[in-house]
Amino acid sequence: MPQTLYDKLMSTHKVLEQDGSTLIYIDRQLIHEVTSPQAFEGLSLADRKIWRNKSNLAVPDHNVPTTDRSSGVSSISDPVSRLQVETLDKNCETFGINEIHMNDVRQGIVHVIGPEQGATLPGMSIVCGDSHTTTHGALGALAFGIGTSEVEHVLATGCLWQNKAKNMQIEISGELASNVSAKDLALYIIGKIGTAGGTGYAIEFCGDTIQEMSIEGRMTLCNMSIEAGAKVGLVAVDNKTIEYVKGRPFSPTGDTWDSALEYWHTLHSDPESHFDDSILIDANQIKPQVTWGTSPEMVVDIHGSTPDPKLEKDEVKAESIRNALKYIHLKPNTLMSSIEIDKVFIGSCTNSRIEDLRAAAIVAKGKKIAKNVKLALVVPGSGLVKKQAEEEGLDQIFKDAGFEWREPGCSMCLAMNADKLEAGERCASTSNRNFEGRQGQGSFTHLVSPTIAAATAIAGRFSGVDS
Amino acid sequence: MKKFTSISSIAMPLDRANIDTDAIIPKQFLKSIKRSGFGPNLFDEWRYLDHGEPGMDNSKRPINPEFVLNDPRYSEAQILLTRRNFGCGSSREHAPWALDDYGFRAIIAPSFADIFYNNCFKNGLLPISLSTEIVDNLFNYNGQLSIDLDKQTVETNDQSYNFEVDPERKRRLINGLDDIGLTLQHESKIRSFEKKHFAKFTWL
Repeated sequence: MPQTLYDKLMSTHKVLEQDGSTLIYIDRQLIHEVTSPQAFEGLSLADRKIWRNKSNLAVPDHNVPTTDRSSGVSSISDPVSRLQVETLDKNCETFGINEIHMNDVRQGIVHVIGPEQGATLPGMSIVCGDSHTTTHGALGALAFGIGTSEVEHVLATGCLWQNKAKNMQIEISGELASNVSAKDLALYIIGKIGTAGGTGYAIEFCGDTIQEMSIEGRMTLCNMSIEAGAKVGLVAVDNKTIEYVKGRPFSPTGDTWDSALEYWHTLHSDPESHFDDSILIDANQIKPQVTWGTSPEMVVDIHGSTPDPKLEKDEVKAESIRNALKYIHLKPNTLMSSIEIDKVFIGSCTNSRIEDLRAAAIVAKGKKIAKNVKLALVVPGSGLVKKQAEEEGLDQIFKDAGFEWREPGCSMCLAMNADKLEAGERCASTSNRNFEGRQGQGSFTHLVSPTIAAATAIAGRFSGVDS
Repeated sequence: MKKFTSISSIAMPLDRANIDTDAIIPKQFLKSIKRSGFGPNLFDEWRYLDHGEPGMDNSKRPINPEFVLNDPRYSEAQILLTRRNFGCGSSREHAPWALDDYGFRAIIAPSFADIFYNNCFKNGLLPISLSTEIVDNLFNYNGQLSIDLDKQTVETNDQSYNFEVDPERKRRLINGLDDIGLTLQHESKIRSFEKKHFAKFTWL
């Protein structure tokens, strides 16, 4: 019977089935400091061991400072944040888990370093106590976020119980304009299907637009599958995937590479395989996107306006629009391009890879950020992304334009470290969530692509760039 | 794990769709390395009028009288009644920890986000999906509700509604079973799977 990519990945990892639940084997667990301490504590209390140390890879990312950290963990000024990073270091040492430490050049956001190190490989089953684990599906891996109890379960058993998701195919065809990126596509799709549109589904992205898209772009798209509520986001393996994986530290070599290659080339949905739902998207129609509200589905074209709740017939939706506009201090029918911003954030597991920084740098080159912009941050996704960007001179372009060039980490995406918005501040952000208070209590987040973030920093208000 | 069999309580109505886990428990409280103590910071940004940080004496903070959690009528509520897509966003298990620590035992909504739904079952918390129409009825009802997991029913004083739950999750919740202990009963099967898996995929 023809199988979808998701079905293939599930059956390859199936250990056993019981009453409709499947116990699947986990090839890789990525670990960070926020969602793991209670899992390690649970293991200790029950006197349990790690099932397979080699499957795990840890990195601190959420709490790390993006300013000078040459004095190591003691450069984290908040004692509670510092304790969390120290606890990760201690747990990894005690339990014998490979950790990339804060001051290692390979350190970065867990979803950036996984693929970068080759710790994410096609066909793997990958989990992490972080919802954006869907990112890794861009390489044809079965990857999803889990809670801390499940982190502990995977540490102790190497496995996880799963109920099989339904299959959804999103086919995207046509050419994205040069000022439109994978981020705009992700926001556009979420705007169409809603933040619960993918709930219960494994989404596979396909079509000629995806075939043309870089691996970095595919990661951005799969990363935000969770914002559509999906279990996983997937892209079939092709030559771009193979090229990307080749030569990375954890990637196979020699004969092992050849046998891996043979297997990886089978990682696509079979022709005629069954999808429970299919959606077609015309890439030619998509304009740069910006969110106006407090949910990623509250999104419009950059030249669009905030909605009018009076025109919404569904009362629950109308109430959501009123609440969002009230929170975010905007009136109905306001042109997005008339809204001034206070800060700009370029970074996060969605948009902090080299391609993202290049896209922003093209716009920033030779320009200056607007006077009303108090702070424009560029936070690379990893130490290696930072190094490469510096070799290409991108750091200088940003600094000349008035941006701050920082050390890698999650930073202002969720503001667990010192990078946050003050109440009442408005930010153009390349991150993934615009929830109330996400970047700081009482602050306003508008999600955009790196290109639009840079253009907005320069204009001081939401601004597009010519195609 | 904490068991869930049946409860009887009024429901606290939180009339809002798409409530995300950032709202349930804001990020600054995720810096804790403990599993308990999150209850006083449940819905922190809606519940208090000031900015909350870990280590504050929450009993001295100004409360938002407009927020339903601060309505004395619902101070004993063990059931949270809310709208669609509850628990979306971040995978933080601190969200069910905070709901449980506050005293909620069950949540009724038309739908839940996947990771949150799953996390509830690990913590003795029962998420119940009922149709939008039934949830509308319950918002208007405002009386005592009885939830019976074994029978899979939610009852008002004159109505009974059935809900769906995965049989394996139900069994574990009713008996308060330890997930890891149960999985390790299959240890030899996992070992033999692993052997074949690594023989085939030598690069793993």
